[in-house]
Amino acid sequence: MARVVVDVMLKPEILDPQGQAIANALPTLGFSAITAVRQGKRFEVEVDGEITDEVLAEVTRAAGTLLSNPVIEDFAVRAEGEPAAEEVATVEATDADAADVKAAAAESSIAEKSDADGPA
Amino acid sequence: MTSVDTVGTAKSTPDVEQPYAELGLKDDEYARIREILGRRPTQTELAMYSIMWSEHCSYKSSKVHLKQFGEKAPKTDRMLVGMGENAGVVDVGDGLAVTFKVESHNHPSFVEPYQGAATGVGGIVRDILTMGARPIAVMDPLRFGAADHPDTRRVLPGVVAGVGGYGNCLGLPNIGGEVVFDPCYQGNPLVNALCVGVMPADRIQLSAAKGVGNVVVLLGAKTGRDGIGGVSVLASATFDDDGPARRPSVQVGDPFEEKLLIECCIEMYDRKLVSGIQDLGGAGLTCALTETSAAGKSGMRAYLERVPLREASMEPHEILASESQERMLAIVEPGKLDEVLKLAEKWGVLATAIGEVTEGDRLVVTWNDETVVDVPPGSLADDGPVYERPIQRPNDFDLVQADRAETLPRPSSAEELRETVLRMVASPNLCSKEWVTEQYDRYVQGNTVLAQPEDAGVIRLDEESGRGIALATDGNGRYAKLDPYAGAQLALAEAYRNVSTTGAMPIAVTDCLNFGSPEDPTVMWQFAEAVRGLADACQALGTPVTGGNVSFYNQTGHTAIHPTPVVGVLGLLDDVARRTPMGFREDGETLILLGETHEELSGSEWAWVTHQHLGGVPPKVDLDREKLLGEVLVAGSRDGMLSAAHDLSDGGLAQALVESALRNGVGARVVLPEDANPFVSLFSESAGRVLVAVPRSEEARFTEMCTVRALPWARIGVVDAQSGALEIQGQFTVPLDELRDAHEGTLPRLFG
Amino acid sequence: MTARIGVVTFPGSLDDRDAARAVKIAGAEPVSLWHGEPDLHGVDAVVLPGGFSYGDYLRCGAIARFAPVMGTIVKAATDDGLPVLGICNGFQILCESHLLPGALTRNQHLHFRNRDQKLRISSADTAWTSAYEKDQEILIPVKNGEGCYVADEKTLDGLESSGRVIARYVGGNPNGSLRDIAGITNAAGNVVGLMPHPEHAVEELTGPSVDGLGFFTSVLQKLVTT
Repeated sequence: MARVVVDVMLKPEILDPQGQAIANALPTLGFSAITAVRQGKRFEVEVDGEITDEVLAEVTRAAGTLLSNPVIEDFAVRAEGEPAAEEVATVEATDADAADVKAAAAESSIAEKSDADGPA
Repeated sequence: MTSVDTVGTAKSTPDVEQPYAELGLKDDEYARIREILGRRPTQTELAMYSIMWSEHCSYKSSKVHLKQFGEKAPKTDRMLVGMGENAGVVDVGDGLAVTFKVESHNHPSFVEPYQGAATGVGGIVRDILTMGARPIAVMDPLRFGAADHPDTRRVLPGVVAGVGGYGNCLGLPNIGGEVVFDPCYQGNPLVNALCVGVMPADRIQLSAAKGVGNVVVLLGAKTGRDGIGGVSVLASATFDDDGPARRPSVQVGDPFEEKLLIECCIEMYDRKLVSGIQDLGGAGLTCALTETSAAGKSGMRAYLERVPLREASMEPHEILASESQERMLAIVEPGKLDEVLKLAEKWGVLATAIGEVTEGDRLVVTWNDETVVDVPPGSLADDGPVYERPIQRPNDFDLVQADRAETLPRPSSAEELRETVLRMVASPNLCSKEWVTEQYDRYVQGNTVLAQPEDAGVIRLDEESGRGIALATDGNGRYAKLDPYAGAQLALAEAYRNVSTTGAMPIAVTDCLNFGSPEDPTVMWQFAEAVRGLADACQALGTPVTGGNVSFYNQTGHTAIHPTPVVGVLGLLDDVARRTPMGFREDGETLILLGETHEELSGSEWAWVTHQHLGGVPPKVDLDREKLLGEVLVAGSRDGMLSAAHDLSDGGLAQALVESALRNGVGARVVLPEDANPFVSLFSESAGRVLVAVPRSEEARFTEMCTVRALPWARIGVVDAQSGALEIQGQFTVPLDELRDAHEGTLPRLFG
Repeated sequence: MTARIGVVTFPGSLDDRDAARAVKIAGAEPVSLWHGEPDLHGVDAVVLPGGFSYGDYLRCGAIARFAPVMGTIVKAATDDGLPVLGICNGFQILCESHLLPGALTRNQHLHFRNRDQKLRISSADTAWTSAYEKDQEILIPVKNGEGCYVADEKTLDGLESSGRVIARYVGGNPNGSLRDIAGITNAAGNVVGLMPHPEHAVEELTGPSVDGLGFFTSVLQKLVTT
């Protein structure tokens, strides 16, 4: 059993009121060096056997299809213990699942590419 | 892997030291267990006795007092299930039955406000579900410390979010409750939750496990280590690779799981698939197994290894002690088991056969074929210790009663009175609670006819006939502190009055008795007095207690909370379309004050807000008057004589006038009685009073009814839809906008 | 022939029975549709009701959108013009399944909020709003914790210029939705997403008005003329 981690964050342009509320609360607790906070989600995905490229690709597809909403979120996939291999949010029509996401792109006209920000 | 303490081991090692004291058992109680079993208990059995004989489960300090509710119960044909089951059930006509109950989840809400409140709601909902009913509404009487205290800012938002988060997700409209602030609750907030449910009268479910061979089925969430802190002293000394055992002291609720459980159970009831059902609440599987077998006077065999676990390393005593949420125990005939399992699968609910009903009268629990429990279930469920704790009237009781608020400096000029009204309506206990109640869904299920800030929540039961119910919860810790007997009666009177104000006939009572430590004789005296008062009042008003809850140990160090009996009253409406709302509406309608006003300011909101004073005696109780008032209000509503009605309580007449005016933004011109002190008229908290708005065309008929029935009444003004203000003639006028700003600004300012 | 309107029940749906009641009061026959069955039983229109499908876990509507019944609904809405109304959680499901653009996020003030809300109908050209007049103001309850509608500027401009915003909040925005958007429609006007709850404003006794009935009678008009 091995673990793949998917980090999901709201796209930078999306309002994050929870992050804001947290950032507002921190100074009152004495944390004066912190100027901003954005809140996201971390998914710990267990897989059988080793983490191969195929496994990563499958998790990436799952991340783009279910774990994140590409309309408002970006995600990053990595094997636990490894730094993020690459930012993934581009839509490659490799199979039917991704085609779903592509249809979304056509409808919403929001680009599915993420920004090049690395995870914190 | 440690070996488990079996019955066999217990027999062969009688002198092993057992940590019964750490588990809360006294020497004589431990001796009694040994006597009952004829040997020392196994570890698991010891854990079960410590749980079932705890205050929380056995009611050992309160039982001797609570039996008055049964002994003094007024006769009624409506009671289908009385006290003793999970919740009482009353007949409401048309082949329908209603079940309701209020419970507490106080201490967990101080520790983790959101989850404490959420699981409190979850627990009471399951109590209602287990009677065979579909839950249809919730209410939340909440009590916090001082409104501007930093810790209140920690607790209140979390509690409110938890009540809303759980109740909204279940699809239960929140139709009423209370938000009360008092320093005495600072370290001990009170989170009481009420749930009401309805079912066809022939679908009532009971908990008894009967029928040898019937299968015991565990439904719902997997079992984890939630809430077993107390029995952790029994944990094996060595831990395996699981690492230090995670023993959450906080139970985390999953309302989605409970929603599925509700739908699954209702369908099981409709299809008559279960012969008995019990929810798993405090004391989890221990309580469920012992109570179902004890109630059925039958034996039971449970195979613990079949219980689905969240953590594989759990030991038998942990599995039995777990308070994991969202679980029910069903007793199912073997021929229906398949259908039950299929139904559970359809709803995505885990269902596992974990045992069966057996011959004889022993509860036997095995763990991988080793017997870890072999006890008479009745000894756990019914034969717990009964304490007659010492009671002692507080030494300063008379002194406090002599320190009356009636002699305190009071406003007299018109300007002072005006300022007092504005200060009062903005004060935390009297201000608008919309900041809280907006976080609750009031509309779901589409049958809510009245909800907060109305006097009672009203729910339609039948779209065809219009039959419905009304519910109100009330309590007043200050009154109860000054006189617990009267205070309990006043709480019942207020809830009774709130229900009848909407036009519903009160028929039954539930109670949540929140008190300090029963080991303190003065607290125990308060408890004894309050129960006596409530039982006497229920008898006088003809409304029996159908079930309730006791919460002790609400104190920090030596300082107990005010004794706070919270009373819920259920009422019936033949036609919800005829209910009487509280807001002024039609220009020119006559305002009439029913009842009598005396100079009663002790324990009042005014005395507290203005002088931080608590002393004297609470307002006089007149139960005959309350009963008469109720009859008049119900008749008035039914016969269309009343346009609006609002009961008087905290803050007196001034508060009632402001609330009724702000409700629809319609003002009034009020003339206070000439022969009374204006301050007293506005702020006295005499009981047995209701403000009504009567259409001119009905005035003669209504007032004649009152006169004939000897209910005191007085014309005090007229609805004025043009003025946009509340005018107290000869004294002052306040524009509704100014009143609204004062009333609605407080909670947003405090809690953001 | 009475029109038949399907109301889908997902695990955790709450306002399905209320939607069915509204359909009945409007004069149509409500048909209960189970999330796990792809069959629409020949209904003339579908309502995705409010609630907390799958507990709102992961994201509101994120799991429900993959239900078997949704596969059929998406196809019928896209290919056959099946009228679909998504209310609250239903709106969230429509956005997650990309029948509608944008997304619903956490209310700006971070609280669940239940209010009687004034709306202005900005388009009476859809299957579900034809019973109203353009710019008509109605009062219906809004109750949600994740009702803040967001989309990028380009999408928002596109929605507005093509008349696809069907309702806006007036007299206050209860959740922070961009451009006060309370509801939108797709290009063909058969799929409508609405955050407030019209099914709770169909009876004087239990709602703040009966203004919500128009959503349900609109679709009957449409079905009669098709």
